[in-house]
Amino acid sequence: MLKEYRTVSEVAGPLMVVEQVEGVKYGELVEIEVSKDEIRRGRVLEADGSKALVQLFEGSAGLNLATAKVRFLGRGIELGVSMDMLGRVFDGFGRPRDGGPQIIPEKRVDINGNPINPYARDYPSEFIQTGISAIDGLNTLVRGQKLPIFSGSGLPHAALAAQIARQARVLGTEEKFSVVFGAMGITFEEADYFISDFRRTGAIERAVLFVNLADDPAIERISTPRMALTAAEYLAFEKDMHVLVILTDITNYAEALREVSAARMEVPGRRGYPGYMYTDLASMYERAGRIKGKKGSITQIPILTMPEDDKTHPIVDLTGYITEGQILLARELHRKGIYPPIDVLPSLSRLKDKGIGEGKTREDHADTMNQLYAAYARGKDAKELAAILGEAALSEDDKKFSKFSDEFETRYVNQGHEENRTIEQTLDLGWELLTLLPVRELKRIREEYIEKYLPDTRPA
Amino acid sequence: MDEGRIVKVSGPLVIAEGMGNARMYDVVRVSDKRLIGEIIEMHGDRASIQVYEETAGLGPGEPVYTTGEALSVELAPGLIEAIYDGIQRPLDKIKDRVGDRIERGIELPGIDHERKWHFEPKVNPGDSVKPGDILGIVQETTVVEHRIMVPYGITGTVRDIKVGEFTVVDVVATVETADGLRDITMLTRWPVRRGRPYAEKLPPCAPLVTGQRIIDMFFPVAKGGAACVPGPFGSGKTVVQHQLARWADSDIIVYVGCGERGNEMTEVLMDFPELIDPHTGEPLMKRTTLVANTSDMPVAAREASIYTGITIAEYFRDMGYNVALMADSTSRWAEALREISGRLEEMPGEEGYPAYLGSRIAEFYERAGRVKCLGADGREGTLTAIGAVSPPGGDLSEPVAQATLRVAKVFWGLDSTLAARRHFPAINWLISYSLYLDRLEEQISKTVAADFGDLRKEAMQLLQEEAELEEIVRLVGIDALSIKDRLSLETSKSIREDFLHQNAYHEVDTYTSLPKQRLMLKAILDFHHSALDAVEAGVEFDAIMKLEVRNTIARMKYVPEHEEERLSSVFQQIKAAFIGLTQAVGGEEVA
Ligand SMILES: Nc1ncnc2c1ncn2[C@@H]1O[C@H](COP(=O)(O)OP(=O)(O)OP(=O)(O)O)[C@@H](O)[C@H]1O
Ligand SMILES: Nc1ncnc2c1ncn2[C@@H]1O[C@H](COP(=O)(O)OP(=O)(O)O)[C@@H](O)[C@H]1O
Ligand SMILES: [Mg+2]
Ligand SMILES: [Mg+2]
Repeated sequence: MLKEYRTVSEVAGPLMVVEQVEGVKYGELVEIEVSKDEIRRGRVLEADGSKALVQLFEGSAGLNLATAKVRFLGRGIELGVSMDMLGRVFDGFGRPRDGGPQIIPEKRVDINGNPINPYARDYPSEFIQTGISAIDGLNTLVRGQKLPIFSGSGLPHAALAAQIARQARVLGTEEKFSVVFGAMGITFEEADYFISDFRRTGAIERAVLFVNLADDPAIERISTPRMALTAAEYLAFEKDMHVLVILTDITNYAEALREVSAARMEVPGRRGYPGYMYTDLASMYERAGRIKGKKGSITQIPILTMPEDDKTHPIVDLTGYITEGQILLARELHRKGIYPPIDVLPSLSRLKDKGIGEGKTREDHADTMNQLYAAYARGKDAKELAAILGEAALSEDDKKFSKFSDEFETRYVNQGHEENRTIEQTLDLGWELLTLLPVRELKRIREEYIEKYLPDTRPA
Repeated sequence: MDEGRIVKVSGPLVIAEGMGNARMYDVVRVSDKRLIGEIIEMHGDRASIQVYEETAGLGPGEPVYTTGEALSVELAPGLIEAIYDGIQRPLDKIKDRVGDRIERGIELPGIDHERKWHFEPKVNPGDSVKPGDILGIVQETTVVEHRIMVPYGITGTVRDIKVGEFTVVDVVATVETADGLRDITMLTRWPVRRGRPYAEKLPPCAPLVTGQRIIDMFFPVAKGGAACVPGPFGSGKTVVQHQLARWADSDIIVYVGCGERGNEMTEVLMDFPELIDPHTGEPLMKRTTLVANTSDMPVAAREASIYTGITIAEYFRDMGYNVALMADSTSRWAEALREISGRLEEMPGEEGYPAYLGSRIAEFYERAGRVKCLGADGREGTLTAIGAVSPPGGDLSEPVAQATLRVAKVFWGLDSTLAARRHFPAINWLISYSLYLDRLEEQISKTVAADFGDLRKEAMQLLQEEAELEEIVRLVGIDALSIKDRLSLETSKSIREDFLHQNAYHEVDTYTSLPKQRLMLKAILDFHHSALDAVEAGVEFDAIMKLEVRNTIARMKYVPEHEEERLSSVFQQIKAAFIGLTQAVGGEEVA
């Protein structure tokens, strides 16, 4: 029988102090009986002598100091995992949300997980074809990568993530992705967008969803992504599945973290976010990857909406320092009607180099990618200059670059929501655009590839 | 062993009572899980302990055991090719023992105590020895001769010395000292927070040749120097560090991954055994030690990892080697300091960092240097420290970057605009500097070619001029420039694109020797001079721009080092091209 305490001495925001406790352990799960039929959960943030500081996942509203009963469960927060999770929707704390029955777990797993030994990791290098040129051609995704989408409010990040989930596949294999979806504080509509899309394509059969909506308890969001990742690890490393994890929206997660930190009156880091936010975010993002000797993999696509479209905002900045690149969406491109509005210059896939080239995509991939980048950057410079001084001020070459950058946006970056381009189509499209430039400017491409791939544009 | 009791657990910080006999910086074992911790503050018999492992599940009342020893590393053959966590536990052995994930309370020595090594003595019985003298050697890998030194604090006469196969804990020599006989094993221990002693510090004088053109040519670092690489995310800090670990002409590399990505360590583990060191012809791994405390590993061990790494580096320096240490990223280390400091409720300084941040950073970089080692042979060793800095938002005005800039002598400033246009390495040539430049240039001019410094100066001048000219172009357009200025712009562009830009993933471009670097830059500048003369002689600007030889210059970076003739033939081609041009306008031959 667990000991029950009625010694709650203080409640402030998402925090609660329980006195005269015995044997309380740091990090353990707490149950708070608020009334006969309401039990809330918490976690020990500090065990100080006979006092325990507890973080309340479902907030403190309606909690009465005198009547609340507190039990310390002697274990961390756990998720019961089993293959029956597939096709199911859970709340942010892992309880069924779809009206279906409880899962009978194969086992219970602590949601914090242990760090992966770097020596046990296998380097991600399998090319994932998403069918989206700006990703496949220029910011190539590989299995086991963590590649976030940096977006802004009102930008089509949900559509892009859903399209990736729909189209992603590894060439030459028939294995399918399973999708684990973690929603933190997003609106019903946005969650519904994903769920409907998964239903429409049948992906729901292979999906596990953890959903904490905007009107669900905010602090619960701190556990939601960890629930999702625990499910993903089970599927990937015990059931050999290739799992794509979509986490949205990390910004809401970070705000919950800030709320707890502020309530504890911790010395804040930048813009009020806690100094340990880097470490905290890393403990989630680093759970992507591959492990030697295991068939499955975890590929993560976290979504962040940048407050005020600010790329240097701490949530975005710290994420960029941990993840293996980023896909940046630009409002300007969105306004021009370009979908997906991927701003390729500040976007990056750090793992692309080992995922492309002969035997993976095509031998000319790396060189043409570098060339497209350089040319687009120069074209944008030229356009900037032309905006000030007029088109006439541009040299002949710069005019060509300027035209190139326009075509690049409207033909290469831009594509349909349902358009699924093969990597060959993407690479060939790149070459086609390069014909707009003088051959001598194609310095980043080996001569042999120019001979072999550059379409002949001279009149016959 | 003394025993205290936990009174408080808050994240990585544990407070224990009954610790009156312990000392500051002693290592302790926390709870019956025997988690490793270190005392970082004492108040009476209350000790604040930073715990190097996850503390979930610990609570008040549990025991804390003191060990009476400071946090130390084991030093002996077996360091090379190892991969350690932040407190020198071997990650390969951890995997063997507990599988793919790192569990708590694992106790494993840094060095294999059972493996045998062939020890060859270098002194004879009867020789008198003092600390640092080389007693004997072990061929640790194909490239590293591990020199077994007389430990610090032992002076006397060799009574007995052995030859043959021994473990690191077997006695290989006995020395008679003033206090009696002392047995010597190949294994020594050293507390990581204390720099290892040397006879004398000397100013660095030789370049660390990295094969990275912008570094060697414009912002070189000296062997024994201190350099920093600050930059926003994705600007190329890690690639710069990896490139140096790969190609620098150093005898030993210690690479510390401090609070960064797991896959980046995996990449080193995967690539280094395959990549061949151009200086020795052997796999790069044969000279490398890795320390990996990735961002998901416990935060306190991140703080220790930097010290673990630099102590191992100093040990090899003391053998008389050139050692280079890379730390990626020192900002994560500083953040670990900040987190612990916050939990200690210390008075925060700027941005929550502790007031002692600056002195800790300075202490770290001061452990770099060129030294005369202990030992009678007067050998020299160097330790070069290269730290990445990850400033929030890429803004260098923050405390870690500022404290680093005060002590590092070389600054490679990475620039997100350059990275966005895939100009790599994205080292901004207008803001970066090396305070070793003058001293090293003298030496390089002697060993490579006398004109090395002149080429550099002229190229840098053109780049600076470019920045001003671009400004004019932005305001009034290219037509406002004279032909000479337009040539300067084109040459600067060539310097940027054909010389400074260097692709780390291209099999040839990834490394360039100093002689080839010189040829490349000389070709660009020769072309520039010839072009200026040609313009004087009445040649059209556009005609010069259309010369095919420009393409040859641009592609020199892809020509393998051994095709020397192809490389040097470019000068003939330049000459021939301009003769053709000037003859066409009826002018005289260009000299
Ligand atoms: N790291 C840097 N520091 C200072 N200025 C830089 C840096 N990188 C680029 N610039 C400047 O930005 C301007 C544009 O550089 P960029 O590389 O775009 O040249 P470019 O547009 O490719 O040249 P061109 O149009 O002649 O091909 C140039 O003045 C260049 O010197
Ligand atoms: N010299 C280089 N050559 C080619 N690509 C590079 C080079 N330096 C950096 N990059 C590219 O930039 C990416 C980010 O570099 P990285 O060193 O990981 O950045 P940081 O450590 O500053 O976050 C790399 O994944 C790589 O694609
Ligand atoms: Mg320009
Ligand atoms: Mg990095």
